Amino acid sequence: MLLELENVSKRYWLHHRRQLMAQYAWKRVKRVTEPFWALRGVSFQVRQGESMAVIGANGAGKSTLLSIIAGVTQATSGNTRRHGRIGALLELGTGFHPDLTGRENIHLNASLLGLSRTEVIAKFDSIVDFSGMENFLDEPVRTYSSGMVARLGFSVAIHADPEMLLLDEVFAVGDEAFQKKCIERVSSFPKEGKSLLFVTHGMVHALALCPRALWLEKGVLRADGPSESVIGEYQAASKPAAQVAGVQQR
Amino acid sequence: MTVIPTTHDHYYILRNLVEKDFKVRYRNMSLGIFWSLVNPLIMMGVLTFVFTVIFPSQRPNFWLFVLMGILPYNFFTMAWATGTNSIVDNASLIKKVPFQRELIPVSVVIGNLVHYLIQLGLLLLAAAFVTGVNLQWIWLPVVVLLQVVFVCGVSFLSSSLDVYYRDVRYVVESANLVLFWLVPIFYGFEDISPSYAWIYELNPVAAVVLVTRRILLHGVSPGLTIWKLAAVSVMTLALGAFVFNRIKKDFSDYL
Repeated sequence: MLLELENVSKRYWLHHRRQLMAQYAWKRVKRVTEPFWALRGVSFQVRQGESMAVIGANGAGKSTLLSIIAGVTQATSGNTRRHGRIGALLELGTGFHPDLTGRENIHLNASLLGLSRTEVIAKFDSIVDFSGMENFLDEPVRTYSSGMVARLGFSVAIHADPEMLLLDEVFAVGDEAFQKKCIERVSSFPKEGKSLLFVTHGMVHALALCPRALWLEKGVLRADGPSESVIGEYQAASKPAAQVAGVQQR
Repeated sequence: MTVIPTTHDHYYILRNLVEKDFKVRYRNMSLGIFWSLVNPLIMMGVLTFVFTVIFPSQRPNFWLFVLMGILPYNFFTMAWATGTNSIVDNASLIKKVPFQRELIPVSVVIGNLVHYLIQLGLLLLAAAFVTGVNLQWIWLPVVVLLQVVFVCGVSFLSSSLDVYYRDVRYVVESANLVLFWLVPIFYGFEDISPSYAWIYELNPVAAVVLVTRRILLHGVSPGLTIWKLAAVSVMTLALGAFVFNRIKKDFSDYL
């Protein structure tokens, strides 16, 4: 088993930040602050080489789930067990400093993603090659377009060589050629015994890349199973809701 | 319960973070790192003017005397102020990239340390010409190390609390202003009445100035003061690391 989540819940407090200390204490006493459960009792397991998509409406807890798995935030209750190197690309271009060059950012970013100096030196050419950014390597990243940042960020994340890669809706930025390249790269993950955990609203990508899907709704795991059926359920469930809200579905 | 495999190359991350700060700070500047020498030299000039022309002091080489106060004070206040802001300023990293959070304030302190070491090098050069080298100089690396220990301790404390109460950075700013007067920069330890002197020795910034002057100006051993400095510094680091470690897991929820 690569990853095990057991009854994981995450609570945030609403309306309690940036107040005077006294105000805060008073509200806690009066229980004015209300809890918001971003996740409630989520349990699932991921085996080596298994890829899955995480789908659900905005605010369903998908990104919170990924943050907990990545270890940047902590669950309020429940257990999270990781049994391998987990790489997270929760947002494209995080850890990139605009004033540093592409070359410098590769080193910084790769180290933050868990690569050692010798690994970065060994993989440097391959990182640059995959990103297709050789001509801009010594330019500051602030001069890059968002697509170019995406290319570099994705390339570094892929080369961090995680046993499980967490992606949070990051394919949307690159051009079609690069998207295709990324998808090709991650679709060979199962053969290499690696896993992909992938938050997306693009059902085509979800179906193409992941045999398994998780559907989160208001922090609760609604369905966990083969992608076709979970996505089908999700789409069936979201249609009437959208019509009630007066939104035309295409 | 959360278990994160620690596969990170901490030294490499630290080095990259320190290099980042340097490059970002000095890129597009023609004088680069020399700017870090300009500020203490201006302070030295002003204080020397005031205390040799306006309130004439009897001290020989007042400029050297005052520089031994300014440099440790500057290092401490710069490192503490930037250290305090470091976690909040790196919110995007904290929220999105899992790595040892301690490395952020530590990298900021090390960045300031590099500047300090360059300044100290010039100070030693000046001291060597004016008062000569003596055997007590071997204490200097220990003094610098204890300064780093202390400033890391207070930075752990203030940077983690700053996540919850952003007022902390203003408290730190005010404390640094007050310190300018409460650290013997332009006056000497012997000017302090004995009934307050023991408090000064327990203030690590003041103790460092005292010890540095004993070593460099008078060529005498740092004495008991360095042990008091060590005790307070280590205790501060222990407290800071404890608090930081206790609340670091919630940083991303409050940033």
